[in-house]
Amino acid sequence: MVKQNNTIIKIEHLSKSFAEKVVLDDINLDIRRGEFVTLLGPSGCGKTTLLRMIAGFLQPDSGVIIMEGNDISDVPPHRRPLNTVFQRYALFPHLNVYDNIAFGLKLNKVPADEIEKRVRKALKMVSMTYYEDRDVNSLSGGQQQRVAIARAIVNRPKVLLLDEPLAALDLKMRKDMQMELKEMHNTLGITFIYVTHDQEEALTLSDTVVVMSDGKIQQIGSPIDIYNEPVNSFVADFIGESNILNGRMLKDREVEFIGHTFECVDEGFGEDCAVDVVIRPEDIYIIANAENAKFTGTVKSCIFKGVHYEMFVETDKGYEMMIQDYNAFDVGSTVGMFIKPSDIHVMQKERVCNTFEGKMISDTTVEIMGSQFECLPCGAKEGDDVIVRVDFNKVELLDNKEDGIVMGEIEFILYKGNHYHLTVLTDEGEKVYVDTNDIWDKGDFVGISVSSKDLRITKRV
Amino acid sequence: MKKFFAQTYLWLLLALLYAPIIIIAVFSFTEAKVLGNWTGFSTKLYTSLFSGGVRHSLLDAIENTFTIALIAAAVSTILGSIAAIGIHNMRGRKRQAITFLNNIPMLNPDIITGISLFLLFVSLGVTQGYMTVVLAHIAFCTPYVVLSVMPRLQQMNPNIYEAALDLGATPFQTLRKVIIPEIRPGMISGFILAFTLSIDDFAVTIFTIGNQGLETLSTFIYADARKGGLTPELRPLSTIIFVTVLLLLIIINVRARRAARKQENI
Amino acid sequence: MKFNIFTRRSSWALPYALFLGFFVALPLILIVIFAFTDNQGVFSLQNFVKFVTQPEAVNTFIYSIGIALVTTFLCILLGYPAAYILSNRNLNRSQTTVMLFILPMWINILVRTLATVALFDFAHIPLGEGALIFGMVYNFLPFMIYPIYNTLQKMDHSLIEAAEDLGAKPSTVFWKVTVPLSMPGITSGIMMVFMPTISTFAIAELLTMNNIKLFGTTIQENINNGMWNYGAALSLIMLVIIGITSLFSDSEEQSQNEGGII
Repeated sequence: MVKQNNTIIKIEHLSKSFAEKVVLDDINLDIRRGEFVTLLGPSGCGKTTLLRMIAGFLQPDSGVIIMEGNDISDVPPHRRPLNTVFQRYALFPHLNVYDNIAFGLKLNKVPADEIEKRVRKALKMVSMTYYEDRDVNSLSGGQQQRVAIARAIVNRPKVLLLDEPLAALDLKMRKDMQMELKEMHNTLGITFIYVTHDQEEALTLSDTVVVMSDGKIQQIGSPIDIYNEPVNSFVADFIGESNILNGRMLKDREVEFIGHTFECVDEGFGEDCAVDVVIRPEDIYIIANAENAKFTGTVKSCIFKGVHYEMFVETDKGYEMMIQDYNAFDVGSTVGMFIKPSDIHVMQKERVCNTFEGKMISDTTVEIMGSQFECLPCGAKEGDDVIVRVDFNKVELLDNKEDGIVMGEIEFILYKGNHYHLTVLTDEGEKVYVDTNDIWDKGDFVGISVSSKDLRITKRV
Repeated sequence: MKKFFAQTYLWLLLALLYAPIIIIAVFSFTEAKVLGNWTGFSTKLYTSLFSGGVRHSLLDAIENTFTIALIAAAVSTILGSIAAIGIHNMRGRKRQAITFLNNIPMLNPDIITGISLFLLFVSLGVTQGYMTVVLAHIAFCTPYVVLSVMPRLQQMNPNIYEAALDLGATPFQTLRKVIIPEIRPGMISGFILAFTLSIDDFAVTIFTIGNQGLETLSTFIYADARKGGLTPELRPLSTIIFVTVLLLLIIINVRARRAARKQENI
Repeated sequence: MKFNIFTRRSSWALPYALFLGFFVALPLILIVIFAFTDNQGVFSLQNFVKFVTQPEAVNTFIYSIGIALVTTFLCILLGYPAAYILSNRNLNRSQTTVMLFILPMWINILVRTLATVALFDFAHIPLGEGALIFGMVYNFLPFMIYPIYNTLQKMDHSLIEAAEDLGAKPSTVFWKVTVPLSMPGITSGIMMVFMPTISTFAIAELLTMNNIKLFGTTIQENINNGMWNYGAALSLIMLVIIGITSLFSDSEEQSQNEGGII
């Protein structure tokens, strides 16, 4: 292994499952010395598991964690040169503030006078001077978190791990602490690995944001990159507000969506290729004069959001768009809209239809997702391995989950301007993607069915 | 009015519950052979309890009772606290199984616990005596220690253990410096509880004490009472036991209330 | 071997698990083994045959169940009102009174029994069946009051207000709401009274000058006289009776109640 001077932690092919459920799936990540890295994602995406593995509280099933050139995967947590700030502080209730902070130093047999100097310095750094004799239970949440931070940094770790440290604080306190953490990072110059589900916090604090979902890294990049150039519809939806729409790349620098053709800056998708288009609500220019606009629409709602107004506009071709603007427009009025070419973000579609691996049971029956579906004769014989494709809008969802051929739970909902794109997790753990106009809620249990003519079957080679 | 009747009922019932003990306590301060005859105040029954030549066995019995209770309570507290930490970190079937086994000595009638242990010792060919009584007491006291330590563990922030490891403490140092200080109140309550249960026990002791002449307070009282009912010397003895248990219980309760108040303040 | 703190900590229960296996599970298995063998260690049902064919043992058994039922009934009769009053904030606010009712649970059963003897001596009433039942009620009344008090205490008071709001008379509220909701407490109270009453030994002798014997005493005498197999069989019969009783009570609830005594 060549030691890379700039990289302090290198994670290679890290995977972890809990009771069959994959929590981390082949994670690869390089963290540079002195960097402020945020692991960002919804709950259950694996970000906390990854952090706990770096801390040593969990063992990976496979893969390695390399710190400064040494594999530390098997090193117990108390011998790793990093410290953690826990979400619920985890201060020792039987020790006062001073003894909590001195805990690590005493274990390392640091001389008493040096302990005292370092504890005072740490307390000063978190603005908690004069609190050393206080009982930790008598402190407010914010103060407890400051003590927890001091307790970690006093040991001069090479890397500081922070597990949603501000999640339990109220909004005002959170904002203040964000600024202090940022300052602390600059002063200490050590690496921070920060876990959060709050995208705004991630964008505010980080040098690098790692967006995670379903145990996989979706995108790694600077906050600006992540915001402006999301690589897929998940990231676009998770980071900030956005309009995510189906589109077609007609040729280089020309894309069609919401029934209009727009000039854009993207190239290399080929001709007539299905894509996802992301438009941030603040990037749509809205004017009262509809005549000279690129496209028009009717204002459906308008809500004041503190700094800007948030409006939903139904376009001339029947798509719903979210728009943020400093000016309010009357509900029911006709408005005109523009989008700058550089504000149109075009993304490769992850998939254009559902694809299942299956097996023919008879000439007119195919087994996919662990259940048997009727199909039209297609030339494949009994026992043949086949690939079955189903268009998103051909999957039927049924209210009564027993009525479907397969049962599932709605896991993720994406609004695409004129329809919903749902991710449904079946009982067997497969994912089915569905386009529908019906309104479902996340967590709904549904029956899944596909009519025989909509199964497109090809033999597998 | 309703309250008056209610309170009258409570106090009548309490009077009934405490009258016998008070009668014993009062008549322990007189020399009369027959209970109910007052022949003047005297502490003779108390002094003769500890001084008379025949009473040597009583002092032995008291000593045995207390040393057995101390050993059993100490071992139960250590065994039960470590077990509680283990059980707290167990999941699923294994945890259910051990919790079920742990409940058995608390749910079983004492006579069954006593006979089952008696059969164990005779099957193993062990001579019954001091050791077997201690082991039997550990067996029925430890579940109560586990039960009084568990809530402390459940209240503990689960990240505290990890925080200590993270700061460089070995698992053993973490146990000593973080976990034990956290569960100490539960351990102390468990110890006092085990001690009280051990002192009080009669049914399990009588089956495991063997016939080597070993006596505890309970078996001493039993042997004495079987011979002549409530003999005069049992009066001061009962009074002493009653007062001792009363004091222990008051300590436990004051501790519990103080802890509850502290919890409220946080 | 890979380092894993989780397997390590859960394995801390291992010594105690072994201890439980050896000092709790194995002894109970031994009762079953002894019950189904003769004194040569050969499988046999003779112990049970002996029990069924011996009128004396069967009579003691039935008499003991009778005494236990009477005791349990009297304990409910006396204990329920007490528990109700103790838990009702309008009728009683003193924690000390509650403490006074729970305290006797922790006093040596022999001392409590001797206290009954003292009371009868003091009042010059001869010992006998009356003393036996009085002594049992006296011994076990706190064990009935405590679990009922506990459930009544935890009961959501707004349920009673809701019933009143819906137009129920106070007596209807009591019989249709309070009593049904306190059933878990009553059942565990029954367990905590019925079970020790049929299983005690030595108590009956002291209360009746050796005139009346209960089933517990029969078991103890057999064990003492070296009839281990027969004694084990009688113990097993008692365990079955207790097992049947406990079907009416939720064991989870009971262990909670017992644990809560401290």
